[in-house]
Amino acid sequence: MLSIRDLSAGVEGKTILRRVNLEVRAGEVHAVMGPNGSGKSTLAQVLAGHPAYTVTGGQVRYLGQDLLAMPAEERARAGVFLAFQYPVEIAGVSNASFLNAAVNELRARQGHPELDAMEFLGLVDERLKLVEMDRSFLSRPVNEGFSGGEKKRNEILQMAVLEPKFAILDETDSGLDIDALKVVAQGVNRLRRPDNAIILVTHYQRILQYIEPDHVHVLFDGRIVKSAGKELALELERKGYDWIREEVAATQPTGA
Amino acid sequence: MAALTTTKDRYLAEFEALERQGALRSPSWLTPLRRSALARFAAAGFPTTRDEDWRYTNLAPLVASAFRPAEGVAAVGLLPTTLERLSVGATGWPRLVFVNGRYSARHSSPGPLPVGVRLSSLAEAMTIDGDVVARHLARHAGWDANVFADLSTAFARDGAFLHLPAKTSSETPIELLFVATTPGVLAQPRILVVAGPHSRATVVEHYVGLTDDAYFTNAVTEVVAGPGASLDHYTLQEQGAGAFHVATVHAALEGDSAFSACAATFGGRLNRTTLTLRFGGESGQGALSGLYVVGGHQHVDHHVTVDHAVPRCSSRQLYKGVLDGSARAVFNGRVIVRPDAQKTDANQTNKHLLLSDGVEVDSKPQLEIFANDVKCTHGAAEGQLAPEAIFYLRSRGLADATARTLLTLGFAREIVDRIAVEPIRAYLDGTLRARLRAARATKEMS
Repeated sequence: MLSIRDLSAGVEGKTILRRVNLEVRAGEVHAVMGPNGSGKSTLAQVLAGHPAYTVTGGQVRYLGQDLLAMPAEERARAGVFLAFQYPVEIAGVSNASFLNAAVNELRARQGHPELDAMEFLGLVDERLKLVEMDRSFLSRPVNEGFSGGEKKRNEILQMAVLEPKFAILDETDSGLDIDALKVVAQGVNRLRRPDNAIILVTHYQRILQYIEPDHVHVLFDGRIVKSAGKELALELERKGYDWIREEVAATQPTGA
Repeated sequence: MAALTTTKDRYLAEFEALERQGALRSPSWLTPLRRSALARFAAAGFPTTRDEDWRYTNLAPLVASAFRPAEGVAAVGLLPTTLERLSVGATGWPRLVFVNGRYSARHSSPGPLPVGVRLSSLAEAMTIDGDVVARHLARHAGWDANVFADLSTAFARDGAFLHLPAKTSSETPIELLFVATTPGVLAQPRILVVAGPHSRATVVEHYVGLTDDAYFTNAVTEVVAGPGASLDHYTLQEQGAGAFHVATVHAALEGDSAFSACAATFGGRLNRTTLTLRFGGESGQGALSGLYVVGGHQHVDHHVTVDHAVPRCSSRQLYKGVLDGSARAVFNGRVIVRPDAQKTDANQTNKHLLLSDGVEVDSKPQLEIFANDVKCTHGAAEGQLAPEAIFYLRSRGLADATARTLLTLGFAREIVDRIAVEPIRAYLDGTLRARLRAARATKEMS
């Protein structure tokens, strides 16, 4: 579904990702872990098409298309979804009108007619239950005045409504208490299907207790330095990231 | 300077001519008012940018143009479909229609209204409700401070009159529609609203231009609110692209009365609104707001003065502007809290959304506080659309232009949402969306 080859990228002239390689097949959940500053969020933003990031090398194929050549909105229309680490507050735009605009944009691209108000509410009502939110969230401006947990749940609500083929969850677990984490994880699990895929970007192993990954990768200094099954996450939890640092130092001659 | 004198003289000559023709035939009480207003206008002439109140608004293009008073222009009829399209409210709202500044009885439907409530053209009111008009027209404190108000008083003839006797209330809003169809016309609608004690009404002034050539509307609205009265005033300005629109609004409030004003500005080449709210009795409330969405070389100037002359009154000002192209906005918010006006609660906010690098904003709060037990705040902000917000919306599949429009609507929503009357809110919302769509189309073409 997604094939990342030798991807190098940076922001403001600073190189962050250095020849990242990653293969994601339909039905899989990949966890990308790593210490702060390793490039996890950059990877997420680059895949979603944030214009502030510059790709300096490599390529990303997504369902046979050149993902990097597509502007952010076209990636979204093709089924790519990023759950933001810091969801943006949008004054004066209600959650409902935002979701409605996004759903109808997608439907228009897929050749479906727009949903009328009743159909839209029917769809949203059902998805609200997934993340245990009530209808009052719909009339509030997007993320404005939301608690940290509400913002993250709102991201998953959008994901549930838009039904992406490929979702990147950027530190969706950070700042969540255990109850909110369970709600979010449960929502994500219900959205798992054999024909979609998820990259979970996280610092901690905690969320992986609730969303079980098929593969775990360690991103370090802009490179994927280790890939294994879910047991790697537990090892990282136990030992921290220092041993990775040492391993990387041992395999790379200084000055290289 | 010669040009300015010439233009001023032209208006003076028009006055003489109209008076000779008997077009300004007026009740005896009005004649001295006209003459003194004309004398003040003759002495002061049009303001220039050396005048502090007009520093950022250059009237030279207005002064340089020759406009004919509406009296000399042949009556123009409107198609029923045009009237329908320009209606803010439902059929059944009392409506007065003015074409090129002249009252058009055949397009108007001044009822139904509650018993005792009077709604008519000002000309008719001068005859029938002469004493109410005589008591209030151009009589209130601070009235003579503005040259454009003087020009209006000197020529006062046509306009609208609304009188709400004590304890009456008009549940349906009253719509005043001013349509400009003919280039080169000077229209001077004069609106007088007298709200008796504990009366209530909503008035909508709707200005529409069906020509994009130059014309000049000099509108003056006087609102007199008796004790406990409540009046909501809306101005929807959709003048033509070449229009000069100068509006003076003066609200005099007695104790426990409430006045709200919401001015939405979309059209016109040069717009100036001078709004004065004066509290004459304790515990009055004023809520003033404005939304202006302009582009090209449009100029919008709001000069707001709130005069807290007595204790325990509250005033709120919220003005928001969306500027594109080379548009220019001027906001001057003056709040006077006189020595006796303890427990005054006043705030003022002015925000601008700048959609292009070519726009210019001059926003100035002017707080003159002479009492010590008061709460007065003000704030101003200017900003562009946040790139992070645009990306957030795009990452959900919305096109860049759609994202920008949605965020711009979001900026304006604060004003739109506070409109209590649904048809007015819907009309404003529709106009706003159409305006942003048109602006987007223009941008995409260039």
